[in-house]
Formats: sequence, C-alpha cells, structure tokens
Amino acid sequence: METAINNDKKPKRVHKPINHKLVKRFLRGTNAYFLIAAAGLILAIVSAYLIPIVTSFTIDYVLLPYAEEGYEAGSGAVPGFVISWVESLGGRSFMLDHLYIMAIVLVLFTAINAFTTYLRRSYIAYAGEGMAKNMRDDLYEHLANVPFDYYKHVQTGDLVQRCTSDVDTIRRFIQNQLLEIIRTVLMVIIAAVIMINMDPLLTLWSVILMPILTVSSFVYFKAVKNSFADSDEAEGALSAAIQENLTGVRVVRAFGQQRRELDNFTAKNTDYRKKTLKVTYLMAYYWSASDAVGYTQILISLCVGAYFAIIGRISVGEMLVFTSYTAMLTWPVRQLGRILADLGKASVSLGRIDEIMSAPLESEPGNALTPEIKGEVEFKNVGFRYEDSTEPVLKDVSFTAKRGQTIAILGSTGSGKSTLVQLLQRLYTATEGEILIDGVNINDIERHHLRRSIGIVLQEPFLYSRSIMDNIRIVDPQADDERVYEAARVAAIHDVVEGFEKGYDTIVGERGVTLSGGQKQRVAIARMLMQEAPIIILDDSMSAVDTETDAAIRDALNGRKDRCTMFIISHRITTLMTADKILVLEHGRLVDSGTHDELIAREGLYKRIAGIQNSLEDEFISEGGEA
Amino acid sequence: MEELYTSAIQEKEFDQKVDFKLWKKLIKYALRSKKLVVLIILANVIVAAIDIIYPLLSRYAIDEIIAGEHVDRILPFGLVYLGFIILQGIGVLSFIKGSGKLEMDIAYDIRQDAFKKLQELSFSYYDKTAVGYIMARMVSDVSRLSELIAWSAIDILWSGTYVLGMVAVMFMLNPILALIVVLVLPPLAVICVYFQKKILKHYREVRKQNSRITGALNEGIMGAVTTKTLVREDRNSEEFRGETGRMRKSAIRAAVLSAMFTPIVMCLGSIGTGLALYFGGISVVGKWAWLGVITVGTLSSFISYSTGIFDPIQQLAGIFAEMQSAQASAERVIALIDTEAEITDSDEVTAKYGDSFDPKRENWEDIRGDVKFEDVSFAYNEGEKVLSHFDLEVKAGQTIALVGETGAGKSTIVNLVCRFYEPTEGRILIDGIDYRERSQLWLQDRLGYVLQQPHLFSTTIRENIRYGRPDATDEEVRAAARLVHADEFIEELEKGYDTEVGEGGGRLSTGQKQLISFARVILADPRIFVLDEATSSIDTETEQLIQNAITKVLENRTSFIVAHRLSTIRSADRILVIREGRITESGTHSELLKKRGYYYDLYTTQFRRDAVNKIMSE
Repeated sequence: METAINNDKKPKRVHKPINHKLVKRFLRGTNAYFLIAAAGLILAIVSAYLIPIVTSFTIDYVLLPYAEEGYEAGSGAVPGFVISWVESLGGRSFMLDHLYIMAIVLVLFTAINAFTTYLRRSYIAYAGEGMAKNMRDDLYEHLANVPFDYYKHVQTGDLVQRCTSDVDTIRRFIQNQLLEIIRTVLMVIIAAVIMINMDPLLTLWSVILMPILTVSSFVYFKAVKNSFADSDEAEGALSAAIQENLTGVRVVRAFGQQRRELDNFTAKNTDYRKKTLKVTYLMAYYWSASDAVGYTQILISLCVGAYFAIIGRISVGEMLVFTSYTAMLTWPVRQLGRILADLGKASVSLGRIDEIMSAPLESEPGNALTPEIKGEVEFKNVGFRYEDSTEPVLKDVSFTAKRGQTIAILGSTGSGKSTLVQLLQRLYTATEGEILIDGVNINDIERHHLRRSIGIVLQEPFLYSRSIMDNIRIVDPQADDERVYEAARVAAIHDVVEGFEKGYDTIVGERGVTLSGGQKQRVAIARMLMQEAPIIILDDSMSAVDTETDAAIRDALNGRKDRCTMFIISHRITTLMTADKILVLEHGRLVDSGTHDELIAREGLYKRIAGIQNSLEDEFISEGGEA
Repeated sequence: MEELYTSAIQEKEFDQKVDFKLWKKLIKYALRSKKLVVLIILANVIVAAIDIIYPLLSRYAIDEIIAGEHVDRILPFGLVYLGFIILQGIGVLSFIKGSGKLEMDIAYDIRQDAFKKLQELSFSYYDKTAVGYIMARMVSDVSRLSELIAWSAIDILWSGTYVLGMVAVMFMLNPILALIVVLVLPPLAVICVYFQKKILKHYREVRKQNSRITGALNEGIMGAVTTKTLVREDRNSEEFRGETGRMRKSAIRAAVLSAMFTPIVMCLGSIGTGLALYFGGISVVGKWAWLGVITVGTLSSFISYSTGIFDPIQQLAGIFAEMQSAQASAERVIALIDTEAEITDSDEVTAKYGDSFDPKRENWEDIRGDVKFEDVSFAYNEGEKVLSHFDLEVKAGQTIALVGETGAGKSTIVNLVCRFYEPTEGRILIDGIDYRERSQLWLQDRLGYVLQQPHLFSTTIRENIRYGRPDATDEEVRAAARLVHADEFIEELEKGYDTEVGEGGGRLSTGQKQLISFARVILADPRIFVLDEATSSIDTETEQLIQNAITKVLENRTSFIVAHRLSTIRSADRILVIREGRITESGTHSELLKKRGYYYDLYTTQFRRDAVNKIMSE
C-alpha cells in the first residue's frame, strides 16, 4: 500500500529519447546566433592562449639576455616567422627600447579575448532566450488546444512546472553548458598542439593527472545525481507541507492541531537539511580533492619544467607557458562531468516537455461546417464512455429540444448531467449515437463555431485576472459599457459591482480581489449572456446564489426566452418546475422526462425530491397559517 | 506566481542603504553555532594565505632552482609545495563543509521560528496575507538569506584577506612596482560595484517578468475549459506571446549586460598586467635606477598577482550588491518572525493551560457549552463595525440557527464564538467565564467547525476524516462516514478510504468534500458545533438523510448553524434573524412564522414567486 500511495504522488520520471524534430522546431530563428556565438568562442580560446605567450616571449627573448642571472635566452614559444619579423625590426635591443609594445600587445590580446567572450555570451543569450520563447509559446498554444479530457488527468502544478522550470533547465543548459563542451574539447586540442610543438615529453608530464580528473568528474557527478534529486524532493515536500498548513490553517485551528502540524513540519525541515547536507558534503570532498589534484598537476609541470630548464631542454618562458596552460586546462576538465550531468537533466526536461507536445490536439472529426444555428437540439441514442473506463457515463439518451424551450435536468451526483451538456459543446465527443443541432450532426460543425453558438456557465466558473468589465465582455472586447451593464443586470450582479470601491474596474481572479462563489457565478452568467448565443446552458451555476436572487435571475432570463434554447441543471425543484421539459437522469440513463405536472404524477426520483421539498413548503405555509 | 504579491514591495529595493540592524538580527542566527563560524573563518584565512603563497613558490623555482641550476632542490621543493596543496585541500574541504552546514542550520532555524509563528498568528493576519506571499518568504527568501549569510558574507573574509595579502606581498617585493599595479584597483572597484548593481536590477526585472509568465500559464491551465467554451484559445495565445516577448527582451538585456561585465574587468585588469610587464621588464634589466632591480621570478609573481587580484575584487562587489538586493528579503522574513499575533493568551493563562504546542491538558476544565455574548462589538477594520453591542445567551445543548443576508454578520458571530477573532468591546463567556481567561486551544480543541468551502488535506480520505483525532481506529472512521452517508460514495471509489483526495480535495466534488469534513468533525467529538453553510452543495436526497443524523449528533451539544436551506434550520431550538449586526427576530420556526416578519417574508416570497411562475407557464 505504501508504494501505491507513493507512486500516486511522485511525478512520473519520463525516459523519452531526445526528439530531434522537436528540438529543431524550438531552435527556429536562432541559428545565426549560435554561429556568431561559436565564432566568438573559437576566437576567445585562441586569444586566451596567446596571452601567456606574450609574457613568455618578453621574458625569454627580450629580458633574459640582459638579466643579471645566468639564464639561457630563448624564443618563448613564439613561431619562427614572428621572430624573423622582429629581427628585421632590430631584434632584442629594439624590443627592449620599446618594451611598451609588449605591454600594448598584452592589452590588445586581452581586449580581443574580452570582446570575443562578450560576443559568445551575449549571442548565446540571444539563442537561448529565443529558444526559450519558442518553447513557452509552443507549449502554451498546445495546451490551449488539447481536448478538454486532457485536463482531467494532469495537475496544474505539474504542467506549470514543466512550462517554467523545465524550459529554464534547457535554456540554462544551452546558455551555460552547450558551448562549454565545445570549449573544453577545443581548449584541450589547441593546448595539446601548442605544447607538443614545444616539448612532447613535458606535455606528457603536464597532462599526466588529467585522466584522473576527467574520470573522477564523471564518476562524481553521476554519483551525486541521486543525492541532488533527493534534496530537491525533500525541498518539494517541505514546501508542500507549508502550503498545506497555510491553505488549511482554519482547519488546523478548528481542530487544535498546531502541535501535530509543527511536528510534521519539523520532520520535513530536518529531512531537507539532512539530504541537502549530504549533497554539500559530497561536493566538499570532490572540490577539495580535485583542487588538490589540479594543483599537483601544476606542481608536476613546474618541477619537470624547472628540471628541463636547468638542463637547457626548454627556456624559462616556455616553462611558464606550460604551467599557465596546465592551470587553464584543469578547471574545464573538472567541470566536464557536471556538464554531462546537466545534459542528462536537460534531456529529462526535454522529455517532459515532449510529453506535453505530443498530446494529440483537438480534431475535427467531420466536415467542419459553419451553419447558422437556430437552437433546435436532438439527442439520438447518445452514449458516452471515458476512454480509460469500462463503465459508460451516459447510455442511450434520446430527447429533442425545440428552439426557445427550456430543458431542465435533474439527477443525483454522478448521474451524468454535466457530461450530457458537455457533449453538446463537443468538449467530449459522444461515443455512441448522434447529437443534431438544427438537423446537423455536431461532429460536422466546426468546433469554434459550435462553441460560440452555445453559452455555458460551469458550476465552478473561472474568471480571468483582469477587471470585471473586461471579464464580462471577454468574448466581445469592443462591446460598449451599456451592453455590459445590461448583461450584469440580468445576472443580478450590477448593483453588487457598483457597490465595489472600484466598480467595474475591480480586478478579479488570481491577482485581484476574491469574489464569493455566488458573485463569481453571476459574473460568469453575465459573461455568457454577452455571447448572445442561441443555446445557453446553466450547469448548476446558481448553487451558491441565494434562492431569492436565483429566482430573480431566472425571471430575467425568461424574458429572453424566445431568443434561445436553455438547458438548466439544478437540485432545486423550484428552478426545475417551470421548464418545458424536465429530464431525469439516473446512473447515466434518461429514466423519465416530461413537464412538472406529468412527472409529479408518476413515482420516481422527481416525485421523491419534489416531495421532500414540497413537504417543507406545505408545512411552512400551514404553520404560517396562510393558504 | 508567488512573486506576484511581492512585486510592489520589491520596487524600492535599491533606494536603500545597507541596514546593519537588520543584518545583525540575521547574523544572530549564524552565531548560534559559534564553533562552526570560527572553523569557517580559520579555513578561509588558510585558503587565502596559501593562494598568496603559490606565486611565491613559482618565483623561488625560477630564481633559485633554475637560475642556480640546483637540480637537487627540486624534490624538497616539490614536497613543500605538496604540503601546501594538502593543507589547502583540507582548508577547502572544511570551508565548504562548514559553510554548507551553517547555511542549512540558519535556514532550518529561521523556518522553524517562522513556522511556529505562523501557527500562532490570528486569522486577521491570514485575511490580509496571501498564501503565495507567505510561501515566498518561507521558501525562497529564507534560502536566499541563509545562502548569502553562510557563503557570501564569509566570502568577504576570503576576498579581503586575499586582496590585502597580495598587496602586502607585492609591496614587500617592490614597493614602486606594487604602487603602479595597485593604481588600477580603485577604478576597477567602482566599475564592479556599478555593474553588479545594474545587473541585479535587470535580473529583478527578469524575475518579475518571469512571475508574470508563470501567472499567465497558471491562468491558462486553470481556465483551460473556460477558454475553450468561450473560444478564446487564439487570443489568449496571442497575449501570452506578448508576455514571452517581453521576457525575452528583458532577459537578453540582463544577459548582455552581464556578458559585458567580465570582459570589461578583464580589459582593465590587463592594463594592470601590462604595466607590471612593462615596468617589471625594465627593472629586470635594471634600466631605471629608481625602479630598482627585480629577478625574473619576481616579475612572474607580479604578473600572477596582477591577474589574480581582480577575482576577489569582483567577488566583493558582487556580495555587496547582493546584500543590498537581498535586504528586501531580509526585511520581509524578519517582519514575519516579528509579527505579533492579535489574539494571544496571557502569561498566567499559558502557565496554567499551556500553549498551542504544549498544552497542559491535566489543568483543563471540561466544557459544558453555555455561551454568552455580553455587549459585544466587533470590527474587522477600524471604524467599520460589523457587530455593535450584541447580546446573546445560549444554554448548553441548544441548537441556534442564524439566518440573514450575506454580510449581515452571521459568520462573524460564529467566528467570535470560535475565538478566531476576539470582541473589540464587551466579552464572551463560556460556561460563565470570559474565554480570554483560558487558552485558545482549550476552546478550539473541543470545537467542531464545518465550513462552506471545506478544506481537505492532500492525503487519503481516511487520514482526512481522522485529522481531528489521529488515534481513531479504521472502524471509528467508517462509523463517522456512515453517519453522514458518505460511506456509500467512498466505498464506490476504486481505492475506497485510501483514495487520495488531491490538492485541497480537488478530486472530489464540493458536496463530497462537505460530507467528508462533516465526518471529520463528528469523529473529533466536539462539545460545541459550528456549521457554516456546511451542507449547501449536498444533493436534496442525501441532505434529507443526513439531516436526521445531524439532529442526533447535535443532541446535548451546543451548536450554531448558519444556513439558507429551510430544512437545515427549522428544527433549531432557536432561530436568530441577523440584520446589520443585530438580532431582529428570535424564536423557534413556528414562532417566527407567526410573527410574519422578515423570516416569514424571506421564505414566502420564494414560494410565492415560484407559484406565480408555475401558473404563468401553464
């Protein structure tokens, strides 16, 4: 049982091979940036290697012959053609008289190195950010166009995480690591060429510990990967514990469970500290040990180089070049394993994004017609079953609704009421039978056209974080204020909104003020009315509205009756009884339908519920003493 | 998303000077483990010292070993060098270990203190503070601060020692040459500070834009169905592309700026190195007497120092800028820890009854359940009285129903009973004693409170029902669920009582959540019940069924019911009609109907209107 619960909670670890087509798609429009960055990279490496040579040349060629100590003069690793060019200028004495030339050359090489480094970093930022934008845009657009069903199986937090952190992981990899790989490889190659040219044997001594550094870096970063994941997971658990406590603070207090909450939090806090310290300690051992190995490598170069300098095999300047290069190489080599680990992380992130991107989009099964919709609805033996379930939600439902009629739907929780109206909007596609609007199968109607023609208010409506005004006219941003007020009046929310300090400019939704459930429902009703749709659906959308307001809204809606066909789902008999037709659903079957008078005359769910609610009314009125 | 709430506060971050008082408070957390701090400082000094020694060792190798052609000295030299390497390795090891431990200890302690505080703060705090805001303080701000204190602040030490040490050694080797090299440092420091500040500012812009994107994504996903039904997919995507475009722009601006920073430092640094090479070269050959004469080895160590000195200067500038920018984090965290709870127990009360974490249950009196409001006034915000001079007496065991319009003050009354808020004037007596003379937990521990928007924790149904009484057996859990007729739907779920309810209970319908939170309260067996619209989303048949159960459960317990539904309230011992913070009518259901007042109107209009509609439609 323990593992079963854990599996439920842990996000799935995706192991997808890298989808090259997807990568190519995300890279669109960034190729030039990558090229400039790569060019900058190569120039930066070359100029970086030139800098130590300036010093060594100055020492070897210019200074040593004149120094008091008994050094051997040399050419300081400078190629012959430069030397002969310098000789033509006047050789050593000329350079000594114009020593500032060397200082300027040093600054110049550094400036080249600096500029190309700048090019590399800024253009790779253009590339990385461009790719990140492509990824974000594509993800958002894809998520906006997946079928309704998709959202039943995913968690908001997880999706947001993929669209933010995973995108960022990939971006960071591109921006910080990708070129680093090329850089390391190039540096090793170029250094090797220059050093072997100067002295193959010393080169061997100067890289003798490099294999140890490289291998240990791979081993370390592989080993630490799981510890990192543990620490991240522990941090996630800690955040979740705080979040749970804060959102449930009223429950915590009402049950006096502060002690237990604190104990639970302390356990998570301790665990996080423990797991993170494990990572830190591993890091401490690796960095200090590899630091020591790196310095030892420099020491070896230095000692062997000194020996070679004494026996006259190389010059002092050359020895300095060797030690500089050795120092320049140890750092990137130590990082190699990390780059590889990050590559692993980035490919996992890419897999998680790929998973979203490969979810199929909503499709048009039929002819995608856009007929004018008047509002006649017919269900013909409609059945529906979720893909992953064996038990159908709706079975063999047939009925017709004429234009201008009000159809009420009654049924207990889970009887399929909401599914029935969602089929009408093609949020789900019926698995059996067919649904016709004005005689056209809805599968043949283009879905956006269909949805624009059907206004639906969901049970728990969602408002966007913008002003109430903009929320109500969201389907028609150009609508004038008067139309918005009119819709708001019908939904009995106008006066409430006017009562707010900022009126219709009040920002609602996640970033704004919190409306009560009933207020939200009424704003959503007003928003739906702005659609002027020939078919409207109220899916228990007045459950949080008090009975009096409920009645007022229905009165106002009745005024529009001839303009639209209306579907109402409700638990309240008073809401249902005036409908032209009442559908009674039980366990996905249409068990009864008819007018109030017909249904009340028969045994069944409707009569039972009406009985409960009427008996109250009877009793109430008899106790009140008025007929 | 969490950043959304904080962006306004972040605006002013840069106008401020570093506030040392604030940092002192935080440093105190670091000083809780003094030994660790001493160890870290020691390790830092050792590492810096050895960093200074390395170029001197190279100098020795060049000047003594090579120039003197002492092959025999190579081995001892190597061994000494190796000794330093090992010593430095140990230094680095203990530095990383120590700082890592210090960081985690600081974070642990701050979080522990803050969480404790959060358990004590009153609901008035939570009314004003968004969860996202607190989360940002508890998670990212604390991480940022502990990292800054443990690593960077101590890094100052390393950088400082390193710079000073290098300058000192250079002056010892050749004061004039040293002076020339050091000349470059002041402009360099200024440029570093300037850039670091600017870079941080840009990155904050990026973070802000990033939180806007997260917010937009969150909205896109949470509102996906609504977007579909309104056919707004394309327009939303278009708007989102606008946000990501702004994100790309500001991110690139920040990246380009920081891409500029290091190269500029490098260039400036190379001027120092160039000067060292020029003047050093001249003194190697002894051309200018006033410069003195140096060896080739000294020249090479000068060049090493002049390149190496920029690293710690960059670091110092970075830490300084980071401290300034983290100050807002520091302020917010300290503010959270220092917030005073509005409702507190006096010291005497705590001494007898214990606090919320360590209650002294042995001293607790039983609760009979008499509740009395004596001349109670209450305002959520100053000047806006919700209740004024309110009196009410409830005998133990009575069921009181509260009826009235939204905003009339019904929820306020029950919140006051629960002591989630306290009267601004007057007092509330429980069993004849002002409840402020006992601890909050004393009351709340025996209180059953069911809300309209029930909150479930993201665990199994079983654990949720058990929340108020962790030691309840499975059979007791089942019995409670059966009593409210939740058993049937739970058993129909694939995993039954072990079903995970999801975040906030999101996988269940509102009605189902209400049933579970009902079972949860019943299992806790409280003395006083508060039902605030607790059954509004339960379907008629089930509600009818549990109505009988409720009546049974409420027997012999004092209870307060807020409801619209007639069936829920009519069996109450007393119904109070609340209008604008006052009781306007009071009595049993039939008494109130006979009065033909507001209560009567409230329900007859509803029936009448429906009757009219019925006739009209026929």
